[in-house]
Amino acid sequence: MSDVYILGTDMIKFGRFPDRTVPDLGAEAALLALKDANLGIQDMEALYCGNLYQASAMVGQRILQEIGQTGIPVVNTANACATGATAFREAWMAVKAGVYDLVLVVGVEQMGKGLLGGGGGGKGIPREGLLGSGTMPSVFAEAGMEHARKYGTTFEQFAKVSVKNHHHSTMNPKARYQIETPLEEVMNAEMISYPNTKLMCSVNVDGSAAAVLASEKKARELGLGRAVRVRSSALTSDPWQERDLVMPDVNTCTRKAAKTAYEMAGVGPEDIDLVELHDCFATAEILHYENLGLCGDGEAGKMIDEGQTQLGGRIPVNCSGGLLSKGHPLGATGVANIYEVATHLRGEAEKRQVEGAKLGLTHVIGLGSACAIHVLEKVS
Amino acid sequence: MAEAQALLPVVDYLKIPDDGDPYLEGAKCGNCGAIYLGSRRACSKCGTVGGFSSEKLSNKGELYVFSIVHRSFPGIEVPYVSAVVDLEGGGTVKGNLINVEPTPETVKPGMPIEVIYKTAPRKDAEGNEYLTYYFQPRG
Ligand SMILES: [Zn+2]
Repeated sequence: MSDVYILGTDMIKFGRFPDRTVPDLGAEAALLALKDANLGIQDMEALYCGNLYQASAMVGQRILQEIGQTGIPVVNTANACATGATAFREAWMAVKAGVYDLVLVVGVEQMGKGLLGGGGGGKGIPREGLLGSGTMPSVFAEAGMEHARKYGTTFEQFAKVSVKNHHHSTMNPKARYQIETPLEEVMNAEMISYPNTKLMCSVNVDGSAAAVLASEKKARELGLGRAVRVRSSALTSDPWQERDLVMPDVNTCTRKAAKTAYEMAGVGPEDIDLVELHDCFATAEILHYENLGLCGDGEAGKMIDEGQTQLGGRIPVNCSGGLLSKGHPLGATGVANIYEVATHLRGEAEKRQVEGAKLGLTHVIGLGSACAIHVLEKVS
Repeated sequence: MAEAQALLPVVDYLKIPDDGDPYLEGAKCGNCGAIYLGSRRACSKCGTVGGFSSEKLSNKGELYVFSIVHRSFPGIEVPYVSAVVDLEGGGTVKGNLINVEPTPETVKPGMPIEVIYKTAPRKDAEGNEYLTYYFQPRG
């Protein structure tokens, strides 16, 4: 079966845009990606739009009302923090299946302020703070503490993830923040949910990212110059686990998706040159080193200690600054990760460029749970 | 004088018998033995529909993992320990761990835990009172 190619991709600089609308933010990224592909909305045969907080409000159609109502089919997706990657995957499948030759993917989100999760609701009394915590920093703190319990991972090792990703962001002009955070500063920042301090939590931002996908036939016709090949796409939900009624499991679904993605691409983790993974909290990044097979089980602490995942290391992770510093606009995150990896594969990542990058992997998790992984490859 | 209102359970898997002590109830799959909190229609481990037995879960267990919550929603007292506890004989429950200093030096995975029952410090909009459960270290 023929491959699917990314012909254009871009993102807006993530930030806070309370005076703008979701379709407006989405339209900006859509136009950037179309321009990058040297194509127009008239060339697109379908739009796949990922947005979470306005999932019932036809965001994709409203984007077309901003940039061109050509009457093409629109699919709006919602899949928690895997929303954007799910839109990308649906688009990939449609092109792979031969239904379309050119499609547009947009991920966009406008976030509220404050903590995510733990809302509770339903009958009775609120349970947050009575029956433990459902806030995201706490849920991911507990996931990290499971790793600490098994392997002795320390608060300091978790904190080093933030030092690294914040450092990377200083080289990414599209990141929300570009600020170095030394280890002491990360560890002494306000404790949100031990072991996650404020600097170990992803940044709530507004943002959008987009990509143009093409069939092999169309990509060859238009020229493969800066094209990026999609080698594999995997999506999983969380398989049953003993404790998952009270402890959302982000590990098993990631391992399952990674296995599928590597097999479909015919590569292994040792072949991957860079990774953008779901560092919604510093604790999470440690877990995913092992879940993605970047190291053996129990070796993630050592990996961060030795700097293996920083730019210039054995396998750079989250060169964009990650969700911790670039920011995490839920529906846009999955597409922004694809933009980042594609930019390295095109050799256009400037100061943060992973030299000679040929294969990259993107990973996102939607708690509840969904995991989406894509393996991308440099074409020429 | 108003008659004392009966306490309502904070979650449907907390049972308050007319004659006896409150307890947590699980549903055990007759096919694979997986234990769920509260009642179930089907088993998400093996897919078997029906055939569940009600199990009175143990009030003893051990701390699996925890976090120490320093920032929560407005009005919620912090810090507190959010704990995941594995009960003896099966079942994993989440709740607040109390009667221990909320620090990483004093709360340790694997520590023996017991489940205790108390009136919740919150009422619903109609003023109803609720019975809730907590974890505390087991001596
Ligand atoms: Zn079963």
